[in-house]
Amino acid sequence: MIPVLLILIPLLTGFAAFFIKNEKQVKSWALFSGIITLGISLTGLLLIKDSTYLQQNCEWLSSLGSSFSVKLDGMGQLLCLLTAIVYPLIFIATWDNSYKRSNNFFALMLLAQAGLMGVFVAMDALVFYFFWELALIPMYFLCSQWGGERRIAVTFKFFIYTFVGSLLMLIGIIYIQSRTEGGSFAIEAFYKVALTNGQQSWLFWLFFIAFAIKMPIFPFHTWQPDTYEQAPTATTMVLSGVMVKMGLVGIIRWLVPVLPAASHGWGDVVMTMSVIGIVYASLIAIRQDDIKRLVAYSSIAHIGLMCMAIFSENLSGLQGVMIQMFNHGINIIGLWIMVEIIERRFGTRKLSELGGLAHKAPAMAIFFVIIALANIALPLTNAFAGEFLMFNSLLNAKTSYLYAILFMVFAGLGIIFGAVYTLNMIRRIFYGEVSAVVSTGVSADIKGYEKFALGIIVLLIFTMGIYPQLLLDITEEISQFISGRFFKPGIN
Amino acid sequence: MNALVISAVLGVVMMFSGILLKQKSAVRNVAIAGMVLLLIVNVLELCGNVFFNIDSKGMIEFDRFALLFNTIVYVSAILYLLLSARDMEKVGVNYAEYLALIFFILCGITLTSSFRSLLILFLGIEIISIPLYILTGSDKRNLKSNEASLKYFLLGAFSTGLMLMGIALIYGAQGSFDTTRVSSFQGTASPLLVAGMVLLLFSMAFKVSAAPFHFWTPDVYDGAPTVFTSFMATIVKAAVFIAFIRLFDEAFGTLQSQWQLLIAIITVATLFIGNITAVFQQSVKRMLAYSSIAQAGFMMLALYAMNADAKEGLLLYVTAYSLATIGIFAVLIKMKDYTFEGFNGFAKQQPLLAATTTICLLSLAGIPLTAGFLSKFYMLKAALGTGKHLWLVIFAVLMAAVSVYYYFRVIQAMYFKDGEVQKIDVSPAFKWTLVVVTALVVLLGVFPNLLLNWYYF
Repeated sequence: MIPVLLILIPLLTGFAAFFIKNEKQVKSWALFSGIITLGISLTGLLLIKDSTYLQQNCEWLSSLGSSFSVKLDGMGQLLCLLTAIVYPLIFIATWDNSYKRSNNFFALMLLAQAGLMGVFVAMDALVFYFFWELALIPMYFLCSQWGGERRIAVTFKFFIYTFVGSLLMLIGIIYIQSRTEGGSFAIEAFYKVALTNGQQSWLFWLFFIAFAIKMPIFPFHTWQPDTYEQAPTATTMVLSGVMVKMGLVGIIRWLVPVLPAASHGWGDVVMTMSVIGIVYASLIAIRQDDIKRLVAYSSIAHIGLMCMAIFSENLSGLQGVMIQMFNHGINIIGLWIMVEIIERRFGTRKLSELGGLAHKAPAMAIFFVIIALANIALPLTNAFAGEFLMFNSLLNAKTSYLYAILFMVFAGLGIIFGAVYTLNMIRRIFYGEVSAVVSTGVSADIKGYEKFALGIIVLLIFTMGIYPQLLLDITEEISQFISGRFFKPGIN
Repeated sequence: MNALVISAVLGVVMMFSGILLKQKSAVRNVAIAGMVLLLIVNVLELCGNVFFNIDSKGMIEFDRFALLFNTIVYVSAILYLLLSARDMEKVGVNYAEYLALIFFILCGITLTSSFRSLLILFLGIEIISIPLYILTGSDKRNLKSNEASLKYFLLGAFSTGLMLMGIALIYGAQGSFDTTRVSSFQGTASPLLVAGMVLLLFSMAFKVSAAPFHFWTPDVYDGAPTVFTSFMATIVKAAVFIAFIRLFDEAFGTLQSQWQLLIAIITVATLFIGNITAVFQQSVKRMLAYSSIAQAGFMMLALYAMNADAKEGLLLYVTAYSLATIGIFAVLIKMKDYTFEGFNGFAKQQPLLAATTTICLLSLAGIPLTAGFLSKFYMLKAALGTGKHLWLVIFAVLMAAVSVYYYFRVIQAMYFKDGEVQKIDVSPAFKWTLVVVTALVVLLGVFPNLLLNWYYF
């Protein structure tokens, strides 16, 4: 019931939004829809204890062995909550932005939300694939229609990348389905399927490439900085805050438990790729002048760490990833909102053109510093608990001890670089000499509704930073379950 | 049997309607009414009401597969006539004759979908081909149309020769034209039979424009008047594919080990040439011609696999492909400029038409929630079901990814590029029909069983 509502409400309100021509009205409509979805998501999380309301299984394509099966487990709850929180925040923070043909813009945003929700709750491989693609199509149109100058080519690259990945995944899905008992797409059947190590070994890559492109993991990341830069900021927020989690969910739910032996066998390779990505992206981020690109590269580094933690195959790592998925989403949305505010006020995103902003906008500076510090996982902020757990798990990774140490060192290096570019960014935007752009720009500090959106984010940062148990409780059960399916030598 | 007799009669009726009826709109209405009649009698036969009990001595058999396919053809043909019949007036003066030829083609299609004897297959293919030669050249004053017609005729005649040669060799080996007797032999197959089979394979590959027998396709599709290209590329191609799979299932099913690799190679070549060449086209019409080759490559996967999924999937595939392509062509016919640039800014001027074209293009590209996705899904499932040649499947999906490039170029032009499209006027009825086509594409993408259940029950 609840998961179906989470998909249906954005879907239906999205279609309705196509027909609301008045810009003001369509904005209110989208915000209204987002708040309803948030309400349902919170109801599912807090009020409903009876699990029959948290799942739904309808007949659909039964001749193919697929059924419309959705369920909210801990991970689904958390990510749906993230999606539901993020959407109203985005709508509030970008309230002043005006779009050409705004009805189409908000309709596509809501349709993308429906697709995202579907990916997080799907318990049937074919349904999962449907929603996986469905989230992509509105994104393609959003970025191509309302993006920056080079939007068409850049977005197209993004689309082709993800489409290739998902088609490869489709082959994998069909192959596994044909090996299940009775030819079913249900996730339970996938968990039971018996595959030899040889089959697992190549199936792993069919799935992993799709997920790696989405997250993105080095060397499949080249679409990402361009797309983040060119997309309209509201869309970038969805892309980086929520959509990258699709890849992580795919790995946690559909890859590691289904192909445990291959995930163990290829773990080193994947971790190596991720750690290269962390160091590489951090180094590039240090050199960036455009804030949007800087945040984009920092996102690659963060996601890389989460991917490593999954493949280190520890319960603590998995727990860390689960809560980090939520917290990373909140933090990066906060950063994007700041970028958006700065760009709207001063018409530039270049670090070299900004400076001395703290004098003009002290409130903005406070918010920015808090969010930026959360981004580098300072204690008391939300990201700290997750990163601590993940590093803990890296040290106990199921690889050889030498590798574990190496991975630790390089991933740690990435964190240090993270501090370097983040603090550098703060320094160059807010302190130092007041630059020409800043002194002539609109002087107003952040407005009421922006304060509201940022206030909620800061509240979440501190709450989850001081009491991470809130999130850990939600994901405890599913983490236990998934970690129970990790590869155990000798048994398989 | 119902539809076979009535379609032939209707062809004659259409020829006379040109003399008896002065107004073109009247002729058109007769044609549409005739097509609806065909659909009704065919559905009645599907439900068990046969009006004509002609003893064909086992040369024709209307099984569920044939009847269901015929239904698909007639539905597509009705939609095609509703969308594009008006545009045939612009081609030339012989309006009633064009429609008559279309009914004769449908008569041939009815034969090719239900043959049990190689003779009937040959007859059906010829009844389809000869009117097509005429329709291709129907724009008499246009040099390109004439060239296309001549090219089509010469190459078509050559492939017909191959087919006859093949049938003769098979007759020599097995002493029968009957498909069931062709497939039954003791011990190893005689070289004559295998040679005949290969010749038939080549001629059928020519008719469905599979590489390396595809060279006529772009020129003919490009040269023919666009209304008729739409018909050729969709309904006719679908019919020949059904004949193809029927032939290789019933007559050569026992020879599968001999032809499977050969078809795998043809499939790869078709996918590669169709998709890669389509990328470089400047004209949407020519791009659609290459896209039809590329889609044929995907349909060849059904032939390659030849299992239950394949036959079911091919029915869905031809439906999805025909509907989507008819929908795109219907819009293309209205355009003055066939290049990609001609579509710049189209979404602003005609939001509804742009939306329907987009959904049809998404279906051709194989995006979920459209029929195109599920039909590609069936093809991949069927091919994976054979358990060998995994590289073929991976190659096919990579080529499907390439196809996104050229389909999306049209979408990009319509939505994201600015330009002045020449004003086109379309009637509300045209728009509604397009909406119906698009709705069918989406509906089949969500509930394919609406179609496929007919196959079993």
